[in-house]
Amino acid sequence: SNLSLQIRFILLQNRQGKTRLAKYYVPLEESEKHKVEYEVHRLVVNRDSKFTNFVEFRTHKVIYRRYAGLFFSLCVDITDNELAYLECIHLFVEILDHFFSNVCELDLVFNFHKVYLILDEFILAGELQETSKRAIIERMSELEKLE
Amino acid sequence: MSGMRGLSVFISDIRNCQNKEAERLRVDKELGNIRTCFKNDKGLTPYKKKKYVWKMLYIHMLGYDVDFGHMEAVSLISAPKYPEKQVGYIVTSCLLNENHDFLRLAINAVRNDIIGRNETYQCLALTLVGNIGGREFAESLAPDVQKLLISSSCRPLVRKKAALCLLRLFRKNPDVVNADGWCVLNTLLFQFIDVPFIFSSSYAYRADRMAQLLDERDLGVLTSSMSLLVSLVSNDYEGYSSCLPKCVKILERLARNQDVPQEYTYYGIPSPWLQVKTMRALQYFPTIEDPSTRRSLFEVLQRILMGTDVVKNVNKNNASHAVLFEALSLVMHLNAEKEMMSQCVALLGKFISVREPNIRYLGLENMTRMLMITDAQDIIKKHQPQIITSLKDPDISIRRRALDLLYGMCDVSNAKGIVEELLQYLSTAEFSMREELSLKAAILAEKFAPDLSWYVDVILQLIDNAGDFVSDDIWFRVVQFVTNNEDLQPYAASKVREYMDKIAIHETMVKVSAYILGEYGHLLARRPGCSARELFGILHEKLPTVSSPTIPLLLSTYAKLLMHAQPPDIELQKQIWNVFKKYESSIDVEIQQRAVEYFELSKKGAALMDVLAEMPKFPERQSSLIKKVEDVEDTADQSAIKLRAQQLPSNALVLADPQPVNGTPPPLKVPSISGIKLDHESASQTQSQPNGDLSKVQSQIPSADLLGEMVDPLAIEAPPVDMGSHQRVYREEDGIPDEVDGTAIVPIGDQANKVEPIGNITERFNALCLKDSGVLYEDPYIQIGVKAEWRGHHGRLVLFLGNKVTSPLTSVQALILPPAHLKLELSLVPDTIPPRAQVQCPLEVMNIRPSRDVAVLDFSYKFGTSMVVSAKLRLPAVLNKFLQPLQLTSEEFFPQWRSLSGPPLKLQEVVRGVRPLSLSEMENLFNSFRVTICPGLDPNPNNLVASTTFYSENTRPMLCLARIETDPADRTQLRLTVASGDSTLTFELKEFIKEQLIAIPMGSRALVPAVPVPAAPLAQPPSPAVDANDPGAMLAGLL
Repeated sequence: SNLSLQIRFILLQNRQGKTRLAKYYVPLEESEKHKVEYEVHRLVVNRDSKFTNFVEFRTHKVIYRRYAGLFFSLCVDITDNELAYLECIHLFVEILDHFFSNVCELDLVFNFHKVYLILDEFILAGELQETSKRAIIERMSELEKLE
Repeated sequence: MSGMRGLSVFISDIRNCQNKEAERLRVDKELGNIRTCFKNDKGLTPYKKKKYVWKMLYIHMLGYDVDFGHMEAVSLISAPKYPEKQVGYIVTSCLLNENHDFLRLAINAVRNDIIGRNETYQCLALTLVGNIGGREFAESLAPDVQKLLISSSCRPLVRKKAALCLLRLFRKNPDVVNADGWCVLNTLLFQFIDVPFIFSSSYAYRADRMAQLLDERDLGVLTSSMSLLVSLVSNDYEGYSSCLPKCVKILERLARNQDVPQEYTYYGIPSPWLQVKTMRALQYFPTIEDPSTRRSLFEVLQRILMGTDVVKNVNKNNASHAVLFEALSLVMHLNAEKEMMSQCVALLGKFISVREPNIRYLGLENMTRMLMITDAQDIIKKHQPQIITSLKDPDISIRRRALDLLYGMCDVSNAKGIVEELLQYLSTAEFSMREELSLKAAILAEKFAPDLSWYVDVILQLIDNAGDFVSDDIWFRVVQFVTNNEDLQPYAASKVREYMDKIAIHETMVKVSAYILGEYGHLLARRPGCSARELFGILHEKLPTVSSPTIPLLLSTYAKLLMHAQPPDIELQKQIWNVFKKYESSIDVEIQQRAVEYFELSKKGAALMDVLAEMPKFPERQSSLIKKVEDVEDTADQSAIKLRAQQLPSNALVLADPQPVNGTPPPLKVPSISGIKLDHESASQTQSQPNGDLSKVQSQIPSADLLGEMVDPLAIEAPPVDMGSHQRVYREEDGIPDEVDGTAIVPIGDQANKVEPIGNITERFNALCLKDSGVLYEDPYIQIGVKAEWRGHHGRLVLFLGNKVTSPLTSVQALILPPAHLKLELSLVPDTIPPRAQVQCPLEVMNIRPSRDVAVLDFSYKFGTSMVVSAKLRLPAVLNKFLQPLQLTSEEFFPQWRSLSGPPLKLQEVVRGVRPLSLSEMENLFNSFRVTICPGLDPNPNNLVASTTFYSENTRPMLCLARIETDPADRTQLRLTVASGDSTLTFELKEFIKEQLIAIPMGSRALVPAVPVPAAPLAQPPSPAVDANDPGAMLAGLL
């Protein structure tokens, strides 16, 4: 049960705190999830853009990045490699951008189920699964044909 | 959104809601609709079912509780067509977690998809299991998943998912991968051969499999496999050494950008994530023995360290620095040659001054790590100004890193600068950081004070800036220093007097000021604004602002001010008497008692007042005392500096000193006043300790001279109170010496040459490990009792030295040999213990980090003229004293338990030779050393799970978990698993628990008994071996 190098959860939230995607790789109760989402939002929303992208969260660390009005947050262990996860967020955004061609928040709202599909190709078991943008985009078009 | 208009319409509706209330109405309406549809299940088309389940997920994401429909989501998993199946899998893995009962219903359907031939379904199933699979999944699916991982007919797409799925299952139950998963074929082959062979061969098999996976050319599969390897080796690296050279090869391939497809480079960097993972895996191997592998690795690392430039593109920059920081960690782990290490320090020095906040943060973080494992302190110190700048950074994340680093790098050479910065920062720091900050400042100030007046300044500033965050210990400590340092007293008094002019001061400041002005205010008498009356006036102004526990302290101060008023001040007396009279009827017993006592004393005890007023007339006595104190201070200071210079973690100043009884935080001496005639009525009312809980009444002061006792300067520190019972000896709940009867008196003439301890020292120590008071040592002449209080990583242990006989015990020496992980300070021990008297010597303990080493008290005394008795006694300041019981619920326990993976954070061991205990006896045993059993958490009735919190300065309060799996058929063995967030702690706690369980108690190696030393007139007790690294630990090891 080594979770020490694992992403605990991924959150996509807008500035108002609305959750656009939430994926938990550790078992949390519903009430706990709500608390986590509220706390993480409060933690990141008012941070200056000149600040670090890392902020301590309980006994862990949240690595976050803001794109327009959206915050992408990953919760990882304090000893984990911060910058690797920071770029992991960016790679995810590039994939979304490619998939939706110029992604905006509305794409993610109306196609939230696609976002979950993409995420499942990108991260599994809290670990990075595939880092090739091309591989993921190709996989997505394979899946779309099946629908 | 192919064909799901209903979903889009619903999302639009939600978006168009004007407010939260409207949104809720819309959601409720939709939920009602879905519920109705699900109830009339018959007419529901798969399409509609799918649509509703997506809506449920959306509603769930909005933050609403969706407490129905889980069954429908799960049932879609077994739908025959892909679109419904897909929804079933995705929504199930979002709505449910591994603990849901519904999930169990799906195991078969999921397994069918995994072993079926439809690749798409395999992927869906592997994804669900990888994301939310629990223990049951692990047990039933691991072999199937492993088959997919190593299958040559599966596409990389499936295999990378299988690798991570297997990783999840391994996390949930490491055994399945070992036994049934990774080496399933192997186990079958060898199951009739003896067990050790199976294990060793399966090891090789497993490692070979893993090593084969690392030959993978597809970087997607390789990335996933590398994560699997990290997890496996983090649990147990042994058996995976064949993977080591392969990892180095992969790293070489990536770092040199050989054969890396374009799609796996990120901003020109060959998969930075795979590079990071590979270097992480290497950090789980303790070392790399093969010289050529090691050389190749260092070449790559060197290339990374030197070849990483700062570039404009932020993504490229981050990615290359992700690799660089991982390389730094690996270099530190491998303990590279000096040259490479200094390259690392140089790099870090560069990073902490760059503008890019992330890099600066990581520079600080890694520098703190560097501090612990190399002797890079001197180079790091050069960066102090830069680090201090970071302490003022607007970003709290950076400030925290800077604080950690400053604390870690502080020593006597830079303490002044660092502590002053911390103080400055304290006034602006956010509340969440203040307590930590003030404690750190206080510790550093005390540890590394260049001079004591500076120490006083620091603590007073600390109280002034952040009184709410300054614990009592901190102000007790400053009082102790002031009391023991004559030179410091006027300075401290004038300092607190300055603070009293401030309009609003913290109550802690009132306390410390009242105490110091009561004792030493008279030293300022000639200064403006410092007459007794003025001091009273300014202190009394504060009285209405303080809480009732502080009032008794103020009353004591008033009594002292009155005594010191020179010449007697009738007006002041009137004012103070008025105060006493006012509080005579206080509902607070403590206040009432003091008011009554002080009033009666100052009124009726005119003789006493006279005696006290003449106090300054006894300079010889005072000076002789002071001289002794000074001697101690000199020696103490020197040894402390020496210790600091040697970078030893403990600089306990432990010296035997003949100064009578002084030195406890707010020390209070009540002289033995048997010679003074007092009104018996008032005496009988006065049974309390004048300074409340801050004080310990000393019933005996060693002195041959009654008059001397009465006029001892110490006497003014608290008016005498306990007149009725000067012979009263402490009556503690639990075995602490009571009034001693005469039975143990040994006539001097009859002394044998050997003094045997009474009772078994080891048993006494073992008992004290589990309780907080009792007898530590006893022989015919002395009894040493202990009473302890523990709070967090602090402890206060009082030694009660009781002379059992009718002649004095002289040349009493007590020396503490502290192990490296404890900071111990014993207050001064009197040179002589008068006949049948008892003295108390408080001992302050601070736990720096987890360790089972034991502190030793080297105790000796002289009886008569020829007999020297000495004993080395282990002190019950043991690991479990820094535990705080904590009972967890299963919701709290299990996530933590799972999140702590195998070694080094979680350690498991089969313990044999356990003394057979019933489960309830074992429960009691665990509870007795403060590892709390959490009943009912483990479904197996033969198992126990337990939790506790460990406190030390270095670890934060750290949750510790333990599981004991007993064998009902054989009570002498069990399997013990211990987990915590700190690897040393896990190990130490595991060993500690083992010691408690094993039949031979840990104290079996008998202690050195009290052996009489041939009476050499110059016999000296051994002096602390400061040159050894850790005298206490060494000694404890020898015992």
